[in-house]
Amino acid sequence: MTAINNATTKTDLTKVKPYGDTMNDGMVELAFTLPVPYGEEASEAAKQLVKKMGLDEPAVVYSKDMGGGFTFFTMYGKCQHTVDYTTIKVTKVEIETMDRVECQKYIEDNIKREVVVVGACSGTDAHTVGIDAIMNMKGFHGHFGLERYKGMNAINMGSQVPNEVLIAKAIEVKADAILVSQIVTQKDVHIANLTNLVELMEAEGIRDKMILICGGPRISHELAQELGFDAGFGAHSHAEDVASFVLTEIVKRNK
Amino acid sequence: MKSKLNLDPKVIDSARSCAGRIAESMQEFIEKHTTVSTERTILRLLGVDGIDDVETPLPNVVVDQIKDAGVLSRGVAYWMGNTMIQTGLAPQEIAEKMSAGELDITKLKLATKKEAEAKIMPAVMDALKKINVQTKKRENYIAKIGEGKKPYLYVIVATGNIYEDVIQAQAAGRQGADIIAVIRTTAQSLLDYVPYGPTTEGFGGTYATQENFKIMRKALDKVGEEVGRYIRLCNYSSGMCMAEIAAMGAIERLDVMLNDALYGILFRDINMQRTLVDQFFSRVIIGYSGIIFNSGEDNYLTTDDAYEAAHTVLASQFINEQFAVLANIKEEQMGLGHAFEMDPDMENGFLYELSQAVMAKEIFPKASLKYMPPTKFMTGNIFKGHVQDALFNMISVWSGQSLQLLGMLTEAIHTPHMQDRYLSIENAQYVFNNARDIGSEVEFKAGGIIQERAKFVLGEADELLHTIEEEGLFRTIEQGKFGGVKRARDGGKGLEGVCVLDENYFNPFIPLMMGGVR
Repeated sequence: MTAINNATTKTDLTKVKPYGDTMNDGMVELAFTLPVPYGEEASEAAKQLVKKMGLDEPAVVYSKDMGGGFTFFTMYGKCQHTVDYTTIKVTKVEIETMDRVECQKYIEDNIKREVVVVGACSGTDAHTVGIDAIMNMKGFHGHFGLERYKGMNAINMGSQVPNEVLIAKAIEVKADAILVSQIVTQKDVHIANLTNLVELMEAEGIRDKMILICGGPRISHELAQELGFDAGFGAHSHAEDVASFVLTEIVKRNK
Repeated sequence: MKSKLNLDPKVIDSARSCAGRIAESMQEFIEKHTTVSTERTILRLLGVDGIDDVETPLPNVVVDQIKDAGVLSRGVAYWMGNTMIQTGLAPQEIAEKMSAGELDITKLKLATKKEAEAKIMPAVMDALKKINVQTKKRENYIAKIGEGKKPYLYVIVATGNIYEDVIQAQAAGRQGADIIAVIRTTAQSLLDYVPYGPTTEGFGGTYATQENFKIMRKALDKVGEEVGRYIRLCNYSSGMCMAEIAAMGAIERLDVMLNDALYGILFRDINMQRTLVDQFFSRVIIGYSGIIFNSGEDNYLTTDDAYEAAHTVLASQFINEQFAVLANIKEEQMGLGHAFEMDPDMENGFLYELSQAVMAKEIFPKASLKYMPPTKFMTGNIFKGHVQDALFNMISVWSGQSLQLLGMLTEAIHTPHMQDRYLSIENAQYVFNNARDIGSEVEFKAGGIIQERAKFVLGEADELLHTIEEEGLFRTIEQGKFGGVKRARDGGKGLEGVCVLDENYFNPFIPLMMGGVR
């Protein structure tokens, strides 16, 4: 008997597509809402749309009338496209993370003075969960915050701090680094705010005198660098990741 | 009712009476002060509305002029009453003339306090009438078309555009939501004025304005009639304009309002003196208008640990209850807050959470407890998130919560999409229906994990309350005992708007509303 499917158990890294239960089956699950009334026409519209997304054999496995002329779909389809994994390059913060104790020793051995870090949720953002996780004594999930680091003076200014105020504080305390957390990203408000911070620091002539870092669940290192920051930390970053970057950067810049 | 947790009633009484003394000692301070926003509230109730040509609300124009003349200590009620006597104008006309620079009400002949009070009284009674019409309308709706079963399904809309919010809210109502909270734009809490008119912008929500309240109320009434279930509307009576927004909510028939001075102090860095004074008047209005207030203890657990800091939530609930008692709010209108924020990796975390939720219900049996969903440990893994929300729903129906703010599987990613809300409602309806009577069926093992946990938390809360009584509430907040956040008595925003009363001050609404005059 001839093999009728082209499935293979080995991944071809130059042609990667989603995996459901068989190599290269391309299985993708989707959930979305269309602004059309529930019914067979709605399902057909959803299938045509998914087909246009590049998914073969679109199947509506569930649909639900959401009222008011809206219909919700759960769908599957088989992706036709592939990507070449071997050519992918991602900008990452290239740093070996030290734990808290190692950071403290690194300060003692290599910096030999107190390191000052000022942080805030700047602009209109009122969500301090990110900056608190990095800076507060308690930290997050067993990762103590910078306030607990010996040799470090960590000042958390809290939420809705105007960029001007944040910069003034950083100048006042001769900060080595500024940390900005942005949680709310609706309508790209974080981009405008982060850009504004960089511009203000440049206007003050202190942009290259301080290490400037942003963080938040929707922040990537690449985005941060594009906006003129030294580093960006996304979800699953902890105080020691940020501390390691700041400390090694201080030493690097003083060489 | 027999305590399933075997809680010691003596400890509950000790904590409650201690909280009562704390609230009373704060009340002494509150009654000696007023604020710019409390005074603006009186104007709004008297019907002063609109903005000037640079969009400053007229209540701000009037109060600022009186404050700049250095005579706010007598209160706007006096100045309005006196101006009505001296000019024969109505409050709105007076405000418009002041805004046009045609009238300085502090330079007129002065009537006595008694005369001013008598003159303003018809306008005060009109305001009460307006509120009463709305309260009656709510009662009629509930009698006529009914309401959802508790726990009420409570969802948010937050598109940033009131008209888009309406579409989302109506869809949610049709899907089964009992309460719609319209989230306001981030940072509105720090504005020392209430914006005017319908708004179509904002981040993470749009402005709380009277016009927006009206638009949403009308939209929800329409769906309520359609689906045969009264749908409650929620917004924020918090921040720098606590009492003003309470007045707007009373006039536009909001049903639920977030209202908690401690929250403003800790998480918005609003000055403690300012916001405690504002909170009192806002709660008097809320109590009078049949609105359920929601306190914000749940937020402590976003900055502090849900296991370690559980007693701070309970202590704060006791204090919030006593502040509400002083504002003459019925127990049923007390939406004391707490949250499902145990670390999902914690062994037996569900049992501790269950214990704490049942504890809240046993200690505040008649209150409309508001239970908040997991947020801190929501990761973007929407599939696990949906399961976390299911456990949260389980505890809610088990412990008999009243207001269930539904968790969204997309928490930590974006403000809810239409389908997220549908999935959440479906999740809650499934769990509530499937486990409806579990609370009355299941008892807890004597001396087991659940009973011991509640006993421990109550004991710690009682201890904390006694420390607060000794040191004073202001001092306790200064030390960072709530939510791990420290705030200074003279720090934060809005202190310049606080004013000591003189002996001729009066706020005509407080005695009438507290007396239940209809």
